[in-house]
Amino acid sequence: MPEQYKMILKHADSPGYTPDMACYLRHGGYEALKKALATVPRELADGKKLSAQEVVREEVKASGLRGRGGAGFSAGLKWSFVDRRSGKPIYLICNADESEPGTFKDRQILHKDPHQLIEGMIISCWANDVKLAYIYIRGEMPHGARLLNQALAEARANGFLGKNILGTGYDLEIHVHRGAGAYICGEETGLIESLEGKRAYPRIKPPYFPAVLGLYMCPTIVNNVETLCHVKHIVTMGPAEYAKLGTPNNTGTRIVSLSGDVLKPGYFEVEVGKVTLGQLINDPNFGGGLKPGRSLKAVIPGGSSSKVLKAGEVFKLNRKGADGQMTKVDVPLLDLPYDFDSLQGAGTMSGSGAIIVMDDSRSMVDVLANLSEFYAHESCGQCTPCREGALWLAKGTHRLAHGDGRKQDAEYLSHIAQNIQGRTICAFGEAASWPVLSFVKKFKDEFEAKGAADEAAKTGKPAASSNQH
Amino acid sequence: MAFTVPANLEAQLDELVTHYPVKRSASLMFLHALQEHFGHVSDDAIEWTAGKLGLQPINVYELVTFYPMFRQKPLGKTHIKVCRTLSCALAGSGELREHFCQKLGLDSHAHAPQTTPDGKFTVEFVECLADCGNAPTVLLNDDLLPKVTPAKADDIIAKGKGL
Ligand SMILES: Cc1cc2nc3c(=O)[nH]c(=O)nc-3n(C[C@H](O)[C@H](O)[C@H](O)COP(=O)(O)O)c2cc1C
Ligand code: SF4
Ligand code: FES
Repeated sequence: MPEQYKMILKHADSPGYTPDMACYLRHGGYEALKKALATVPRELADGKKLSAQEVVREEVKASGLRGRGGAGFSAGLKWSFVDRRSGKPIYLICNADESEPGTFKDRQILHKDPHQLIEGMIISCWANDVKLAYIYIRGEMPHGARLLNQALAEARANGFLGKNILGTGYDLEIHVHRGAGAYICGEETGLIESLEGKRAYPRIKPPYFPAVLGLYMCPTIVNNVETLCHVKHIVTMGPAEYAKLGTPNNTGTRIVSLSGDVLKPGYFEVEVGKVTLGQLINDPNFGGGLKPGRSLKAVIPGGSSSKVLKAGEVFKLNRKGADGQMTKVDVPLLDLPYDFDSLQGAGTMSGSGAIIVMDDSRSMVDVLANLSEFYAHESCGQCTPCREGALWLAKGTHRLAHGDGRKQDAEYLSHIAQNIQGRTICAFGEAASWPVLSFVKKFKDEFEAKGAADEAAKTGKPAASSNQH
Repeated sequence: MAFTVPANLEAQLDELVTHYPVKRSASLMFLHALQEHFGHVSDDAIEWTAGKLGLQPINVYELVTFYPMFRQKPLGKTHIKVCRTLSCALAGSGELREHFCQKLGLDSHAHAPQTTPDGKFTVEFVECLADCGNAPTVLLNDDLLPKVTPAKADDIIAKGKGL
């Protein structure tokens, strides 16, 4: 039977575990930091010398760790892009904005085990020669901000943070910065603008890659809460042991947030790729299946911005055969391993690790109208296609959901979405378009039938199609 | 009455400024602290913040209008933020907001936050509160409430009336 594998949440959910320093130390806390700081420089076979910091950076690369915030980009590679020759300070920001609809994993770490995050951050900062770092936490988590401040004070009092950390001569400060209710602050360049005290208007890339021109136009690393926690475990276990967790190119564990129409919504830490989407939804160890008498209709697999998957879909994925050759294999929706590559192979993404399940009682028109309203509300307004388009999508889907639709609305919505994606400053444009494009494509009959029924109701003629949801 | 910030709060804010190499970065933290203390961000608070951080008032004002958590008018003592987004909607958050509005005599069709005439309650729809496994969720002032049923909603109202 598939089971959870608790590494990040190993202690957080055990009875009696508290978020304070004493408890963290009783559970082996800050040993990874000590180990990291004691890393010895290494000479490679080709005579190249690696500093202690470079050794740890190489370990993170070798671990295969991929970012848990959304894009699944290699953490080690991201760190290697940092401009270390500019002479400017390097900053690190922990993205604790957790605002992708469906996602509630960082919340668990922030509230139950803040020291784990702080330890991961201190190691990451040390490895990247960072002297000043921030935790950008969403405004709606005031208790989380308080807990973090308390934990940071404890870390300072114990010599893990501040001047001359553990006698090594390394200085680091970490501060908590609170957002104020805007989703776009989760996008890394919007976050940086917000941290500079401005509106969270994302910056255009190029040239504003954070690794080169980030916070205060200095090289900056932005990593998600969960990503930074993994760094601690990579140091503890060593990259080779760590990479045994999960599956090749999808290493480690991941906290999956499961919500919507399942009997047991919740968060589950699993080895990446060792559990399928079907198991996460149906297994008694996870979602426990759908409500009695209900069947599956659709799954949003990686936060609200990911493309929807339809019950019964079968995907062609690359698999290595017994002879070592790559072949295309048919994989039904529920057999998709929950990992970065499989979801990408299925034309969507595992994004923030948030699965939202919808059963056959749901109208896809209503669901899309709900999501489109979110994007209309959250567009920062800088780019015309996004600002206007997201609003049109919300109005169009609202109209269709509320009895004022037309048969051609399906086309109309796709047309608008196609004119947003790829024409904007930040990936929010895609985030707003992808749900529309995928819902309308995969549930076209339902969208058209709803529009036709609305038209018919107005003219008094019966709808051409009786396929009303 | 002239706008005055208590000395201990000002000292706290001065300390916050030291967290950043550039003063302007402290703007959001200033606005949070002032809103917490005064209940809303007034024009005076905006001017005061701008003065402290060496900014033009417009630099601060544009933050107050951009970030949904800041408000320029006092809201109800009991501030009820109902999550509107998908997982909560699937679990009935639309009906939940309707329930709050009905019980409090507020217009559930209005888009903006609704405050009762006695100033005791504000009801508002907000976007995903990052606790979707406990849908429907409500942020009650600073506290996140999981799985809010109509019965729980009535408790919140009863408590709020006594404040
Ligand atoms: C619209 C938008 C919203 C985002 N929201 C978040 C978020 O809430 N939390 C997060 O960690 N990353 C979010 N991201 C991804 C960040 O931009 C960034 O890629 C991530 O924090 C990098 O961390 P990682 O490499 O450790 O995953 C968002 C991206 C976009 C385009
Ligand atoms: S795509 Fe949308 S959210 Fe991103 S910068 Fe443009 S307007 Fe803002
Ligand atoms: S959808 Fe309501 S908490 Fe996420």
